Amino acid sequence: MSHAETHSHDHDHDHKPKGFVKRWLMTTNHKDIGTLYLIFSLTMFIFGGALAMIIRLELFQPGLQFVQPEFFNQLTTMHALIMVFGAVMPAFVGFANWMIPIMIGAPDMALPRMNNWSFWILPFAFTMLASTFFMDGGAPAAGWTLYPPLVLQGGHNLAFAVFAIHMLGISSIMGAINVIATIMNMRAPNMGYLKMPLFVWTWLITAFLLIAVMPVFAGAVTMLLTDHYFGTSFFNAAGGGDPVLFQHIFWFFGHPEVYIMILPSFGIISEIIPTFARKPLFGYVSMVYATAGIAFLSFIVWAHHMFSVGMPLGGELFFMYATFLISIPTGVKVFNWVSTMWKGSMTFETPMLWSIAFIILFTIGGFSGLMLAIAPADFQYHDTYFVVAHFHYVLVTGAVFAIIGGVYYWIPKWTGNMYSERLGKIHFWWSVISVNVLFFPQHFLGLAGMPRRIPDYSVQFANWNMWSSIGGFAFGLAQIFFCIIVWRTIKGKGTSKATDRVWEGAKGLEWFIPSPAPHHTFQDGAPVNDEHLAHVSSH
Amino acid sequence: MNKEKSYSSSGLKIFLWVALVLLVNGSALAKSSLNMTQGVTEFSKIAYDLHMIVLWICVVIGVLVFGAMIYSMFAHRKSKGVTAAQFSHSTTAEIIWTVIPIVILIIIAFPATKALIKMEAPTDAEGKNIVMDMTIKVTGFQWKWKYDYLDEGISFLSTLKSDSNIARQIGSGINPATVENYLLDVDHPLVIPVDTNIRILLTANDVIHSWWVPEFGWKRDAVPGFVNEAWTNVKKIGTYRGQCAELCGKDHGFMPVVVNVVSKEDYANWVESQKGEQKVAAVKNNAQWSKVDLISKGKEVFNSQCATCHQATGKGMPPTFPALDGSAVVNGPIDEQIKTVVFGRKGTAMAAFGGILSESDIAAAITYTRNAWGNTAKDVAQPKDVKKIKNS
Repeated sequence: MSHAETHSHDHDHDHKPKGFVKRWLMTTNHKDIGTLYLIFSLTMFIFGGALAMIIRLELFQPGLQFVQPEFFNQLTTMHALIMVFGAVMPAFVGFANWMIPIMIGAPDMALPRMNNWSFWILPFAFTMLASTFFMDGGAPAAGWTLYPPLVLQGGHNLAFAVFAIHMLGISSIMGAINVIATIMNMRAPNMGYLKMPLFVWTWLITAFLLIAVMPVFAGAVTMLLTDHYFGTSFFNAAGGGDPVLFQHIFWFFGHPEVYIMILPSFGIISEIIPTFARKPLFGYVSMVYATAGIAFLSFIVWAHHMFSVGMPLGGELFFMYATFLISIPTGVKVFNWVSTMWKGSMTFETPMLWSIAFIILFTIGGFSGLMLAIAPADFQYHDTYFVVAHFHYVLVTGAVFAIIGGVYYWIPKWTGNMYSERLGKIHFWWSVISVNVLFFPQHFLGLAGMPRRIPDYSVQFANWNMWSSIGGFAFGLAQIFFCIIVWRTIKGKGTSKATDRVWEGAKGLEWFIPSPAPHHTFQDGAPVNDEHLAHVSSH
Repeated sequence: MNKEKSYSSSGLKIFLWVALVLLVNGSALAKSSLNMTQGVTEFSKIAYDLHMIVLWICVVIGVLVFGAMIYSMFAHRKSKGVTAAQFSHSTTAEIIWTVIPIVILIIIAFPATKALIKMEAPTDAEGKNIVMDMTIKVTGFQWKWKYDYLDEGISFLSTLKSDSNIARQIGSGINPATVENYLLDVDHPLVIPVDTNIRILLTANDVIHSWWVPEFGWKRDAVPGFVNEAWTNVKKIGTYRGQCAELCGKDHGFMPVVVNVVSKEDYANWVESQKGEQKVAAVKNNAQWSKVDLISKGKEVFNSQCATCHQATGKGMPPTFPALDGSAVVNGPIDEQIKTVVFGRKGTAMAAFGGILSESDIAAAITYTRNAWGNTAKDVAQPKDVKKIKNS
């Protein structure tokens, strides 16, 4: 009797815990936690986007119309912190949770309870961070880079921001440990390291970056905290410290951080392109090495963010040359994607469109990155809108486009419903045009001499700022439309049922399980054949 | 399925059209004022040339890579009945597209290295170190610049001009387009001679600022507690405008840099007139002032130097910038208030004004605050009181 019950229980793979608290608050299921991460990320994306809309509203015309300068600085600071730590990073952890166990044939993440904790820290951390808007003196206003001495003038929001950063740092490190432990220990038999999908590879490398640099960031902000409250002088020249020391520590974290936000995007794009080209990923092994190479270089280029701070000539030369080197592995990746498309049999469903836009627009961001690496020219570019254009090309049309493309690619697997291809394409064209109207003119503004982080500007910058704002409003609205598309897909409105395979050219273990993915997968191990995998066929 | 296909290809056409327009625009703009300025120094021309070289290299690479990709998107579509090839690597191709970028980078590295050396260790055509003819110390304050001519003993503050400052307030009702050089004009511009090697030392009093005139071709941070060095030699007489480039607090957008580059003769005359003004200031610092004069001068000083934070109403912007109306310090012993103004308050935004303003200006501003709004102290600070505390 009891044996029979256990037996039937084991095979009831789709039993989900009942009730909201048990299902979501206490979940240890990698798919549910992945969903939570993705929903959280989308919420933060809309919140951070709303802040950006106020920024663009104020910059629509010269003169101050809507916000005071001190609030404007709070907006730019919080927009960046929320987008970086609340929207982009959690989105990738969401993808990692959902897809890594399935892609390597594991039943779940290696440390499911810790997985629950690393997610549920986040809402509290961001509530604390956002609450500073309502404090005396407002939110942090020294930029997301939190440079002292300015950030130390801010009052008690500093303590809140620092503790929020500590918490999301703990969350990130736990997430990274989980990813590493899962990939190293829980691959199905026959899933060798060089058979793993590239998304898994990029995340493995990203996880090591996270573990390496999040503690550095935590240390830097803790030093701010003790400078502010406990009378230390790490960054105070009058006490024997050095404000520039903070910049070195911050960017030692900060540069790997920007790759933490782009490497998983490379992984997503490397999954999507072969599917819709119906052709194996070109240069799989060189992709892996290029990712590792970019990760290594990210540790030795940090001071290219500080060319104007007054470094010795030797230092400037070193960081300029080291930064040049990054374009080589990055170039390899772009060439590999184009070669994957070459002589394929392409179709252009929504995920493919986002991926193609990613390649073109991310590369434009890469070009401006190469320009910024030229130290003598950077004396002009530095801290202007040219830089703003550059990092929005790599982060919005790079990271965010990859995330959106990834959502369209895998949402049929997650929900069991096809999204509406018509709405998806409208969303794509609406976004890709508006995002260029938004960010391309910012190159011109920067070159013409407009500094970043200013609430008001000289009238000579009026035209392109107006264009940029118009593009911004349109792009913002397009993402509300995206929320509607996601909602309709989850609810199955105006959509069809997804097949298990979903895409004709899809390879990889996730396409060999039912759609929607059952609550538990590969409980009894995964039978992996080379035919399951996207890139092993013609080795 | 058919409908899907036509939709996607018309979308592609729109995208290509937009890309083309952007590309054409981009190259046309290279000549217009929307590109980086060529500037008026040797270094600004070098920076511009490097910028253009790398821009064009990127354009060429972009055309080749995107061209191949776009060709592939049209030629290698399933709708054309193409079956996918199955190749997945080519060692030759991978070596080629690793080596070519390396060669390009080495080619870029040469002029970039030369330019950096020019900036950081300037030498003339024979390789001798360039001798600097004069030195100016630039100090960044929230939110103004102070210029010290170390050779001449001239020193003054440079703040946003009042017409811009009035127009930029929310609800000012003034159209910025009607203000001449809106946000890019100051009360006292830096004056330098043309064709002169000028060493510029940079530091800051409170937070990090960055001194930037695009036409000179560089910006450099002004870091509190440290002295940075840069140099320039302007080849063309004229007025050049820039801004603080490092976020430095609420009025970061409102601390322009204006430099008047004049002929050497005009510069010598200007130096003489400035020295005369400094003598007048010295007389004022030693004089005994009447209360009425102190209050009227004080109001002027307060509104230009103190009101950005403490507000013309004296209400401040708590908690960062406390109110002076009803303040315990302003209504307490006068020496304490003088100390606060002269030495600043560590750990707050209150700067040490002892080295920024003259003794008479500090005395006047303090007298004004103690007699203004609802404040009850009603007493008077004389320049000599300030001097006593400054030297204590």
